[in-house]
Parts: sequence; C-alpha cells; structure tokens
Amino acid sequence: MTRQVILGATLSALMITPSLAAEIAPTDVTYVEGAIEASLTGVPGDPVNGKKIMTTRALGNCVACHPISTMPDVPFHGNIGPELNGAPDRWTEAQLRGIVANAKMTFDGTIMPAFYKTGTFIRPGAGYTGKAPEGPLSPILTAQQIEDVVAYLMTLKE
Amino acid sequence: MKLRTSALATATALGLALTGMAWAEPVEDTLTIETDDGQITMVTTAPAPAHLSDVMDTIYSGWHFRDAETRAMQMDDFDNPGMVFVDRGLDAWNAALGKNGESCAGCHQSPESMAGLRAVVPRVDEKTGKLMLMEDYINSCVTERMGLEAWGMTSKSMKDMLALISFQSRGMTVNVATDGAAAPYWEKGREIYYTRYGQLELACANCHEDNYGNYIRSDHLSQGQINGFPVYRLKNAGILSAQQRLIGCVRDTRAETFKAGSDELKALELYVASRGNGLSVEGVSVRN
Ligand code: HEC
Ligand code: HEC
Repeated sequence: MTRQVILGATLSALMITPSLAAEIAPTDVTYVEGAIEASLTGVPGDPVNGKKIMTTRALGNCVACHPISTMPDVPFHGNIGPELNGAPDRWTEAQLRGIVANAKMTFDGTIMPAFYKTGTFIRPGAGYTGKAPEGPLSPILTAQQIEDVVAYLMTLKE
Repeated sequence: MKLRTSALATATALGLALTGMAWAEPVEDTLTIETDDGQITMVTTAPAPAHLSDVMDTIYSGWHFRDAETRAMQMDDFDNPGMVFVDRGLDAWNAALGKNGESCAGCHQSPESMAGLRAVVPRVDEKTGKLMLMEDYINSCVTERMGLEAWGMTSKSMKDMLALISFQSRGMTVNVATDGAAAPYWEKGREIYYTRYGQLELACANCHEDNYGNYIRSDHLSQGQINGFPVYRLKNAGILSAQQRLIGCVRDTRAETFKAGSDELKALELYVASRGNGLSVEGVSVRN
C-alpha cells in the first residue's frame, strides 16, 4: 500500500514536465474509425490508478453503468452498458482509448459520455453544481487519467 | 394481499443482494393505501397515453421501482412521513396569513374544494393564456388576494401547500391537456425531454425511456413519472417538488440547470406530467 503511494507520487513527479509538452489536447485528438492510435501523453498508464478512476463518482464512475466482474469488492455496479471484463479481447488498445475518450466516435448516439471532450455541449455546467462554468471547460478526465483507465481495461483479458 | 406483498418483497431483496445485475422488472405489487377513511387503491400501471405509443406500451409509477420498505411506507398514511407536511399545509390554509388577515379557508372553505386540481395542472389558464404550475396558482392568491410577497417556488410554505392541495386529488387520474392552448408549451417540453444536456450529453429519455428497469449504480431507474409528486424523499428527509426533481436530474448531467418556475421547467413539467396521463395522483408519495 505505502509502496504504491510512493511509487505513484514518484511517477507523477516524473510525469509533470515531459507530459505537458507531449500531451494531446482534447480538440487535437485524431480518431480513425473511432480509435486513437497513439498515447495521449507518451507516459504509460497506471492500471491501479485506472481502477480507482473507474470506481470514483467524481471521476470516471464507469461502474455507474458497467458491470465489471473483476471488481467484486465494489458494491452496486450498474447494468446500462456491457460487462467490461474481456474488453481487450474484443477491442485493440487504440480502440479502447477511442471509446473512453469519446465513445460516440465508435457507437453512434451512445448514452456513454465522452470523457476527453471539451466542446460542443448544450448548457454545460461547472461540474455537478448546476451552475454555468466560470471559464473554459476541462474534459471529465485528464489525458493521463484516460491512459490509466485504458491500462486497466487492457488487464481485463479473459 | 399482505402475504403476496411480502413474498415478492423478499424476492426483490434477494435480487438486489445478488448485486441486481440483471434488468429488473418493475415490481409486481398493488398500491392499496390505508387511510383514515378506509382503503384506496391506486392505478400505478396503465396503458401508455396515445402520444407515447411508438416508444412504450405501459406506464409505471415510480413506486414500482422502489424497494419493499419504501413501498410499504406509502401503503399506510400512518407510516408516510409526508403526511406531516400535509398537516402543516392545513395549518397554513386556515391561518390568517394575509395582509388584512385573509386566509385560504376564508375564500375556498375546506381544502377539499381543491380536489381534482392536481390531476390537471400544469395547465394553461383560460383568462391569461399563461401556463400555470400549481405553484403559480398558489402564488397568485398569495400576492393578489392576500397582499403578500410571492412565496419562493421551492420554499417550505410553498411545498407544505403543494402537499396539502395534491393530497386532495389522491387517487384521481392524471389527465393534463396536451392540445389546444397547451400544445405549444407541450411541444417545447417534449423538445427539452429529448435534448442531450450537459457535459454528459444525456437527455431525460436516455435514462427514463431507454433504460427504465436498468440500474445506474444502486438506483433502479424508473420512467421518471411525476404522478407521485410532491414526494417525501427519504434521502432529504423532506418534501421534494416536481420542479426540484427536474432541476436535480438536469444538474446530474453536468449541465447548467434551469430555475424553478422558469419557462423551460414549466413546459417540461407539463410534458412529463402528460407522460403519466392515466396513472393515479399519489402525492404525497414516498421515494428514496
Ligand atoms: C452512462 C452510461 C455509461 C458510462 C458512465 C460509461 N459507459 Fe462505457 N458503455 C456504455 C454503453 C451503453 C456501451 C455500449 C455501446 C452502445 O451500444 O452504446 C458502452 C461501451 C463501452 C465499451 C465497449 C465494451 C464492449 O466490450 O463492447 C468500453 C470498453 C467502455 N464502455 C468503457 C467505459 C469506461 C472505461 C467508462 C468510464 C471511464 C465508461 N465506459 C463509462 C455506457 C456507459
Ligand atoms: C443519468 C440518468 C438520468 C437522467 C439523464 C435523468 N434522470 Fe431522472 N432520475 C434518475 C435517477 C437515478 C432517478 C432516481 C430513480 C428513479 O426514480 O428513476 C431519477 C428520478 C426522476 C424522477 C422521480 C421519479 C419518482 O417517481 O420519484 C423524475 C420525475 C425524473 N427523474 C425526471 C427526469 C427528467 C424530466 C429528466 C430530464 C430533464 C431526467 N429525469 C433526466 C436519473 C436520470
């Protein structure tokens, strides 16, 4: 546990400078048939953090909609979306990156929200406050958080 | 009756315990309420109104989607915590609140004179041509006939009065007008219902039309009907008006919400009410 925290801290300290330069902004992402070929940051994703993002309400909250059988410790998974265990058997890493960043590029009109998108929205708010945003919108997840989620999804081979 | 309910209740509890992965039918159960004046049975399942016939066959009260314990609280007025607010509304009804000592009772006699109103509002007022929520009718008396400042749309006084007046129509069939003068407002409400708002890009229909019966985390998604409003919400330990529920659902899409009583939310309330035409007025119902 402690080791993980230290490792995480070291990793993010290392990340800061190089990733800012290399990071692809939400508006600059290229989708090829829904997929994003290259990493958004150039920094390998951290699956442990990815799992945390997927179960945290204020972040990805993927379990709100998806059953994920590799997380029996997390109570109450939703069932709006498909079971995610086995996702990397059905999709490549590039396709998964595209689905997490903006699933509408893969599934036309899907209910699944786009996690790496900053516009255009109808009446976007400042998070869940119900108020108008003060400045430009941030994507729901950062580029590195997307990479972390994709890294966790890639562990779900059946 | 009681037996059947509890057997089903156990089944549901079990279903949930197995983490409720599967689509869960709206619970099969009958809402018969023990009241001071005997039992009343509510229509909680009905054929969908004609305007919904291409999207669904059957409409269900949100009551069918709540757990056994929550459902039971609504089956006996003695256990329904919302009744306290009906009583508070009755006190206000009889009190000399007006600038010159006017009371609701002074003009309208007993609150039973309001029976039937909940079932047909929101509606377009014949004289002014304006779309009126129950709140708007209440405020027109508060300001024009009692000489007071308007009550806040979601204030305690307003919600106590909503509870009292809705209660007078309990068991009557929701039947709001969608045609004639109401048509333009209804169309606007319909458009809002299908608009994908906020950073999550979700419309009411994504959850309450396409996914009712499914679970969002631990929430069993209902059809988002408002026949039970105002509801006593266990989570808030208080009364929640339909306007407040609509605000909350828009906010949850990471959107900038609309204000209570705004043109948009009035039109939306009319449209959502019309999706429940055929169900019983349940207010004050109990939800989690
Ligand atoms: C509001 C509901 C919702 C949320 C939240 C959501 N998803 Fe989805 N997701 C769906 C639906 C529905 C589909 C199926 C695509 C379709 O048919 O629209 C899907 C499809 C997928 C797929 C493809 C699955 C397969 O095997 O075909 C992946 C991978 C995925 N989602 C990952 C995620 C991740 C990771 C998150 C969180 C960061 C997330 N989803 C959040 C609803 C959601
Ligand atoms: C992200 C999903 C989601 C969206 C989008 C959404 N809602 Fe809801 N809504 C819920 C959940 C969860 C509940 C609580 C469980 C239930 O009753 O369905 C709820 C409850 C309700 C209720 C209370 C029903 C009852 O019987 O207590 C109403 C009314 C409602 N929603 C209307 C709407 C309207 C109108 C919109 C669009 C402006 C909307 N919702 C958008 C998720 C959503």
